[in-house]
Order: sequence, then C-alpha cells, then structure tokens
Amino acid sequence: MADKILKKLYIKVWRQNNAQDKGRFETYEIENVSTGSSFLEMMDLLNNNLIEKGIDPIAFDHDCREGICGICSMFINGRPHGPDTAVTTCQLHMRKFNDGDTITVEPWRAAAFPVIKDLIVNRSAFDTILQAGGFISVNTGGVPDGNAIPISRDDAEEAMDAAACIGCGACVAACKNSSAMLFVAAKVSHLAKLPQGRIEAKARARNMVAKMDELGFGGCTNTGACEAECPKSISISHIARLNREYLVAKFAE
Amino acid sequence: MSKFLTASIGRKFLMSVTGLFLMLFIVVHLTVNLLLIFDDSGDLFNVAANFMATNPAVKIMEPILGLGFMIHIIWSFIISWENYKARPVKYNKQDLSNASSWSSRNMLILGALVLVFLIIHIYDFYWKIKITGSDLLPNVVINGEEMHNTYLLVSTHFKESLVFSLLYVLGGVLLGLHVVHGFWSSFQTLGINNKIWMSRLQWVARVYAILVAVGFSVIPLYFVIKF
Repeated sequence: MADKILKKLYIKVWRQNNAQDKGRFETYEIENVSTGSSFLEMMDLLNNNLIEKGIDPIAFDHDCREGICGICSMFINGRPHGPDTAVTTCQLHMRKFNDGDTITVEPWRAAAFPVIKDLIVNRSAFDTILQAGGFISVNTGGVPDGNAIPISRDDAEEAMDAAACIGCGACVAACKNSSAMLFVAAKVSHLAKLPQGRIEAKARARNMVAKMDELGFGGCTNTGACEAECPKSISISHIARLNREYLVAKFAE
Repeated sequence: MSKFLTASIGRKFLMSVTGLFLMLFIVVHLTVNLLLIFDDSGDLFNVAANFMATNPAVKIMEPILGLGFMIHIIWSFIISWENYKARPVKYNKQDLSNASSWSSRNMLILGALVLVFLIIHIYDFYWKIKITGSDLLPNVVINGEEMHNTYLLVSTHFKESLVFSLLYVLGGVLLGLHVVHGFWSSFQTLGINNKIWMSRLQWVARVYAILVAVGFSVIPLYFVIKF
C-alpha cells in the first residue's frame, strides 16, 4: 500500500521561550505530509519551513527515534505520545491523522516537570528519584557466576516487564494527578523481584516514595491512565507491589 | 513510621482502610433496609431497626463509623487539593476517555454528591428518630417489646413523594458509581493485588456496585409501585 499524502495539516503547538516565559499557542500550516512519515519527521519538515521563514524552530526532545531511549515527550491531541497505543512519539506515524486535521501539541504538564523551552521539559526529577534508591549497592570484586543465584523464570519475566520502563514520563503526563507512581513502581518492582534487590528493598521503597512526594508529584488514585498510555504497557499491578513494599517498610520502622 | 500519614501512600492508606470499613457498613445497612420490602406489616424491619438502635456492640461501632466517615471525607479533600497542585498549568486538550474510567476520574465529585445525599438522608431519618422525633414515629409493641415504628416513618416518606423516592434512587446509583472504582482501588492501595487478581477484584467490584445501586433503589421503587 503506497503511502498517502496529507495535503494540509494545522499544527497548534505550545511555544515558550524559557522557563520564566508565560508561553502561548501558535498554529502553523504544513503541506504534503506523507502518511508514512513519523510524527517527528513531520516536526522536522515543519521546522525546516519555519527556519526558511525566519521563525525560531520548535524545540522538542528526540534521540534514538527507535522507541527505546524514552526522550521524546509530546502530548498530542490530548494524549501522551499521541493517538496510538504502546508507542513513543517517534514511533507514531502520520497515518493516524487525516487531511485537514488540527493537531494540538503540548509539553508534559506537571509541577515536577518544568518547561525548559517549547515542548522540552526538565525530567531530571526522575533521575533524582532513582538516586534516592533505584539501585543496588555492590562492592567491587569478581563477577559472581550467573547460575549461582537461581531465579525462577516467572520472577525474571516479571522483573524484566518492569525494567522495560524507559523513563519517558508519559505516566506522569497522562495521570490526572501528575503522579509518578507507575515510574517509581516499575523501578522498585524490577529490583524487588530479584534476590539482589531484596537486600535494600525496605530503604528503597521508603526513600524513593519520599523523594517522589518531595519533588511535587501527585498521589495515585488508581485510574489506570498511566498503564493505558505507557509506551511499554507497564502494568499497574507493579503499583500494587510498590504499595505493598512501601507499607511493609513503613510498618517495620 | 515518621510522616506516614502525610506521605502520598500513607494518605491513600487511610482512604483505603476507611473506604473498606464504610463498604462493610453499606452491606449491613442495605441488608437491614431490604427487610422493608419483605414484610408489609413492618414488624420485621422494626425489630431489626430496634436491634440496631439498642445493641451494645452496634452502639460502640456508631462513633467509630462516624469517625470513619469524617476521615474518609476530610482526607479526600486534602488528597484532591494536593493532586490538583501537582499540575499548575493545565492541558489545553486532554483526552482520558480511552485510558481510564469516568468514575475513577470523578471520585471526588461522586463522593461529594454522595455526601450531599448523606446529609439529606441523615436529616430525613436519623435526625428525626434520634433527636427531634416525628408524628410518624408512634411506639409499637412487637413480641412484648415497645419500640419506634420506624417502618411507618420510612414507608410514608416513600409512598407520599415521588420526588423523595427518586432522590433515594439517585443516591443509590451515585453510591454504586463511587464504589465500582473504590472497591478494587482499596485493595490495590493496600498492595493486595497482582496481575491475576486485578480482573477478579474489578469483577467483584462491579457485582458489589450493582448490588448496592440496585439494592438501595429497589426499596423506594417498591413503595412507589406497590402503594
């Protein structure tokens, strides 16, 4: 099937010069977009047009464009990573749109994710949470034999499902409370299911949740929007595990 | 345990525990109320109502129930306010219709409407029975014991006013919508959930919510249709 051409699209996009700027929406027209191009390629074309017209191009995050780095972050037509499921913005294709559409593009909105410029937000809050406990402490020395620590296949799979989190922040963007619970749950869960992660499990759950609260993320109300919009389809059952880990850790204090 | 009750999960823990307690109360309340439609003489309901009013164990639970309501209501507003603050700049366009259920996103609104209903409900019955009294509350003697004819008060209200009855149907439906999310959500918050139990709990939540909504609606409708 040959790709179709979308003759004209209207891109209503958030423009904000810097963190202090109030910001505003601008609507730009773009012509002849192939349905086979990705959303980011469309944005590249639009930026080319803007540069030719002497307009500052739209700043947006992008890196691998393969759906694994987690850096692209646009809120498109009311949904993080746009109108498709289990994909990042770079894997979203223009075939999801129709000729003549007005596409609204916004940055992630959360107190903990301040806008740097246009569509780029500062997601270092996620790194700060990880630094609070998203690791295992190991002494230097010889690498232990992989078979020395038996792990059931189910546990390994469950840990791997959680570890699929790429930290893009779509969970926070989708959540009506701007909660980072799915991110924290994924990071706590993938270590909680492995014997190496059990050693520091209590401190991890306590410290990561405390950091998450401190950074201004909202609380979880179990709406499930994070799972539905997660590009890696990470299950909210990991949030149940985080709750369990946290409550056990707190009551042990 | 430092700062547990002000931490995000700690606050949710309180909502969950009080929510489960209140859902247990709903079961007891609905069971007693359903006796209204199984004996038109009213004796069955009057005996049950008298038991609930005089039994020492129930009397002990009454202030605990009040406390449960207070915590659940006050914390819901605190949590909602904190969550509201977590997104200072709102989206121009946000579409959550495919990602989450309507009732899960509107628990505060549903809860607030149930609270309005609860206040009206307390004024209609509890207030009159316990404090002000009513012309519709003569004493009756059943099996040698003297008690309020609570059946007369309740049934007269439902028989006389269609608007009043429909308000109670609405109350039941709102409560059903509130608990359809609240039920499984309480278990999720307590960490009593996993991939297998997710669908089971959500299924039980639907059954429970339908029983609550239909159960409470049937009572006023019975009096409207039969009398």
